Amino acid sequence: MSIIKVENLGKKYIIGHDRKAGGAYRSRSLRDALTHTARGLYQRLRHPLSPNTEKIEIEELWALRNLEFEIEAGDRVGIIGRNGAGKSTLLKVLSRITEPTTGRIEVDGRVASLLEVGTGFHPELSGRENIYLNGAVLGMARAEIKAKFDEIVAFSEIEKFLDTPVKRYSSGMYVRLAFSVAAHLEPEILIVDEVLAVGDAQFQKKCLGKMEEVGQEGRTVLFVSHNMAMISNLCTTGMVLSEGKMEFNGRVSDAVTKYYAATNQRDTTREREFESDTAELLGAELIGQSNLSDITIHDELAVRMRYRIKKQIDGKCVPNFHFFVSDGSYAFVDSARDVACMSPGIYCADCRIPPRFLNEGAYFVGVALTTYFEGGSFEIEFFDRNALTFNVIDPMDERSNRYGYGGPIPGVVRPQLNWSIEKEAQ
Amino acid sequence: MSRLVIEAGNANRQYFKDLLAYRELFLLLAWRDILVRYKQTIIGVAWSVLRPLLTMIVFTIVFGRLAKMPSEGVAYSILVYAALLPWQFFSNTVNEGGNSLVNNASMISKVYFPRIIIPTTAMIVSLIDFLISILVLSVLMVWYQHIPTWRVVFLPLFLGLAATAALGITYLISALNVKYRDFRHVLPFIIQFGLYISPVGFSSSVIPENWRLIYSLNPMVGVIDGFRWAIIGNAEMYWPGLYLSVGLAFLLLFIGFRLFRRMEREFADVI
Repeated sequence: MSIIKVENLGKKYIIGHDRKAGGAYRSRSLRDALTHTARGLYQRLRHPLSPNTEKIEIEELWALRNLEFEIEAGDRVGIIGRNGAGKSTLLKVLSRITEPTTGRIEVDGRVASLLEVGTGFHPELSGRENIYLNGAVLGMARAEIKAKFDEIVAFSEIEKFLDTPVKRYSSGMYVRLAFSVAAHLEPEILIVDEVLAVGDAQFQKKCLGKMEEVGQEGRTVLFVSHNMAMISNLCTTGMVLSEGKMEFNGRVSDAVTKYYAATNQRDTTREREFESDTAELLGAELIGQSNLSDITIHDELAVRMRYRIKKQIDGKCVPNFHFFVSDGSYAFVDSARDVACMSPGIYCADCRIPPRFLNEGAYFVGVALTTYFEGGSFEIEFFDRNALTFNVIDPMDERSNRYGYGGPIPGVVRPQLNWSIEKEAQ
Repeated sequence: MSRLVIEAGNANRQYFKDLLAYRELFLLLAWRDILVRYKQTIIGVAWSVLRPLLTMIVFTIVFGRLAKMPSEGVAYSILVYAALLPWQFFSNTVNEGGNSLVNNASMISKVYFPRIIIPTTAMIVSLIDFLISILVLSVLMVWYQHIPTWRVVFLPLFLGLAATAALGITYLISALNVKYRDFRHVLPFIIQFGLYISPVGFSSSVIPENWRLIYSLNPMVGVIDGFRWAIIGNAEMYWPGLYLSVGLAFLLLFIGFRLFRRMEREFADVI
């Protein structure tokens, strides 16, 4: 059953430009509004018949346009897209902070939105008081907060400072307290914006664990983040937004791949340059695979990078590939072997990953070129950490060596090594 | 399970149901504002006693001693204080409430709740100040050995009238303040101006008879006259003026509420 149903959703912002002032026009003050009206009136009186020259040029900006989607109860949906793609606007519309311009949304259940940690916190009040306040702001009933109070305090690890005004807290303590309240929300639908980016790594992990727990309980979660690893870890489905429109809606691994495919194009064409005086990255691709399709654990996979050496140097330019798993940690690095000095020109380096090597999951590939000089010194010419992404799946056929087991098999690699079993005794 | 439908142009159609659902937030926000206000205990409470007391002394000297205005047969300080009670309540509400949305901007752009809660809490805080001032008035009355008549039971009604007028203006100003930021600077002037045109320092019986109805176009005239009528035994009530004030106060509340509801939709976008 769908818990959220969105039809033809659109949100328009109006940005006015005052032609005379040249810049962006917005009547931020009464004075502006009055002088503007007065100027217009004066013009009218002077030239009653001429068209209104003082007209504000109105520019419409559709932050969201024609969105149609449904979210099933229990889905964990990652919303990804570049800055300004409309992710935050979508969350704001869904959580009723701002009104849509077109369309209709049906929501079945209580929504709690967490677009910022510590909304409603007051610096003069104590931690204890702020727990109640923040809980209420996030939509918890007083009785509910009371019941969970001890749990919240324990989670935040700030028992000792419960009666200290939060203005005396360190920023870390502040975030911890704020997130602890949020982590104990129990709505049917939880909407989370990029809030986990704050706080120390250990606490982040704790929060992630708590959020995963939340997902396991069958709650619906909408999650915006730029951290693809976090998205692919936490979410089951993914939506890619681009300029307010839905680019893709489906499995999270496909969404991440799609997003990377789009960013790859952008990176290598104009926006980010990966080059040094010596060399430049021309592009990276998966060979024999369209960027979207999955690779099964039985397939061979090849990654390719193309680069240009600009000038003759006396070091050895060694291409290397860095493979990351979905939580951002390294799977492995491999460099080309037996590289000699290269003369200027365009090169293409392929690296083949054998079949039955990587386990299931999303992988990110970084491409780099390192120059090694005589005597052990080296220099990194370029390193694009997020050059490629691909998804490895297990087709669950007889080659998968599962004996009918359907659950996940842990590990980064999943080789099929040589075994021998001999019967030694009766 | 509750079903919520958000439609373009009609996102808040369950507004009153929401108001009910968010009553706890309303109380908590009021509690927050009161806590913050009195957090530095001594100064906080002392301030809400001192401010009306000092104003009362100045007004008593200027209007009572120097200008020798009539005093309705009571100590002039009681005449002034009876008017200062509702006036302080009114001006505090408008002043705090008028800036409240802008002061809570981060909350408005990050969570949903019926926005009208915010300026309304300002009234609750002013109410606490009002109750403290009532205590001061009782001390004053004991000092001057002034015993109020049975009419004092109507005091809450006039307080209600003050609240109605104050909320109407607060909704109006707070909403406009979001869109036009320099309302912040206009607001103190409006309140100052209101003090001069309201009969705080003098009895409204000094207004010529044929001007009194026009004078009562200021709803605070009805409120202040009402307070004096209820507290001071022999003060006269100008009834047509009161009816006019009551009507205008409710009209203000209606207009303020409507305008607020209309502008509320874009608060999160412009704040």
